Amino acid sequence: MIDLELVLDNLPLYLRGTWTTLWLTFASLALGLVLAVPLGLARTSRNPLINGPVWAYTYFFRGTPLLVQLFMIYYGAAQFAWIRESVLWPLLSQAWFCALLAFTLNTAAYTAEIVRGAVQATPRGEIEAARALGMPRALVLRRIVLPSAFRRALPAYGNEMVFMLHGSAVASTVTIVDLTGAARIVNSRYYSPYEAFLTAAFFYLLLTFAIVGLVKLLERRWYAHLRPHPG
Amino acid sequence: MLDLQGYGPSILEGAVLTVEAALAGLALSILFGLAGAFAKLSAALPLRLLAGAYTTLIRGVPDLVLMLLVFFGGQMLVNDLVARMGWDHVDVGPFTAGVVTLGFVYGAYMAETFRGAILAVPKGQLEAARAFGMSPFLVFRRILLPQMLRHALPGFGNNWLVLLKATALLSVIGLDDMVRKAALAAGATRQPFTFYFAVALVFLALTTVSTLLLAFAERRVRRGEARPA
Repeated sequence: MIDLELVLDNLPLYLRGTWTTLWLTFASLALGLVLAVPLGLARTSRNPLINGPVWAYTYFFRGTPLLVQLFMIYYGAAQFAWIRESVLWPLLSQAWFCALLAFTLNTAAYTAEIVRGAVQATPRGEIEAARALGMPRALVLRRIVLPSAFRRALPAYGNEMVFMLHGSAVASTVTIVDLTGAARIVNSRYYSPYEAFLTAAFFYLLLTFAIVGLVKLLERRWYAHLRPHPG
Repeated sequence: MLDLQGYGPSILEGAVLTVEAALAGLALSILFGLAGAFAKLSAALPLRLLAGAYTTLIRGVPDLVLMLLVFFGGQMLVNDLVARMGWDHVDVGPFTAGVVTLGFVYGAYMAETFRGAILAVPKGQLEAARAFGMSPFLVFRRILLPQMLRHALPGFGNNWLVLLKATALLSVIGLDDMVRKAALAAGATRQPFTFYFAVALVFLALTTVSTLLLAFAERRVRRGEARPA
């Protein structure tokens, strides 16, 4: 039924695609996380001038499809002369940069809301105790709030990592040969959709399990103090 | 504001198709979800294994890949079947393929949501209803469904929002939805940002309305619960 020879012949293409998927996903996740921490903290602010714009940003990026966001950047940037004449144009005219930008902004929006939820769940007493010990606000943030917030955010962030991996498949719609792109090439070349897409699905499944396993490992480490002690 | 240069009605037409595909996909995903949830809780091991494989495998693969698989692979399967039966050629359009995939993929997420909701209903109530002589269907309709609704609604709402946004992917397999209409308008006017932004705003309106309706529904199904003091 499945033509394994066809799959093996195209294995190098799939492996290159897997590599593209991996670096796009993890570069976006890393950049998105760096953006998300200050954005998430801004969302906990009571000042509407700080909270409002970040709220609008996360509302837009969480309320619209990633595919449309990617098209807005990849196809949309060329509409404006000031972008075409800017120093960023050599980057913005390339598919990989647009995908990286769209994915980063998207995951940053979701992650910012995860950070907000985790920070807001900090027990008040912990902050009050730290303040009472004379810690300045920045130190409270660094030593008390963020470490426990990261711990609380881990399960939700693990889901976000999987969503980003799966979401990155839309990169194949803007000429990028990621894992899905490789499958689309194989399908159009041999007209064998089962081999083409099931192979990609298999690789995605492996990557998903790897991420889930990684998060489980981290959870075991970070929640070690919460495990019941033997004896 | 946004000058759509006469393409507004065309985008709106696409938006209607987007909503239709999303609602049809939702209906199908509820069926797959219920079947999956009951199979997961079933006493029969083969059913449990099958449902476990369904929810694990489907949720581990991007929806776009599954969509392409169903669109191209499904067409091939139908062609084979039709040829074997000696019938005429049958075309699986992007709408059918898209709706089937959306239902099948999000059914796996629904199954997880429903499974949790079913487990949250106290078992004794179901046993009591059976002891009263209610048929299994009556137990489902009178005891299980009203109570699991309450527990399923938050997860159900999330799944719906993800499914709604995933309909944008149907443009990739050639459905004339609003993303594709925007692409056509963008090509003709050379103003891609304007049109994709317009589509984004329509999606934002749809997700906003959904969120409001879901919040209203959640308040309604929780009206019998005691309020925290």
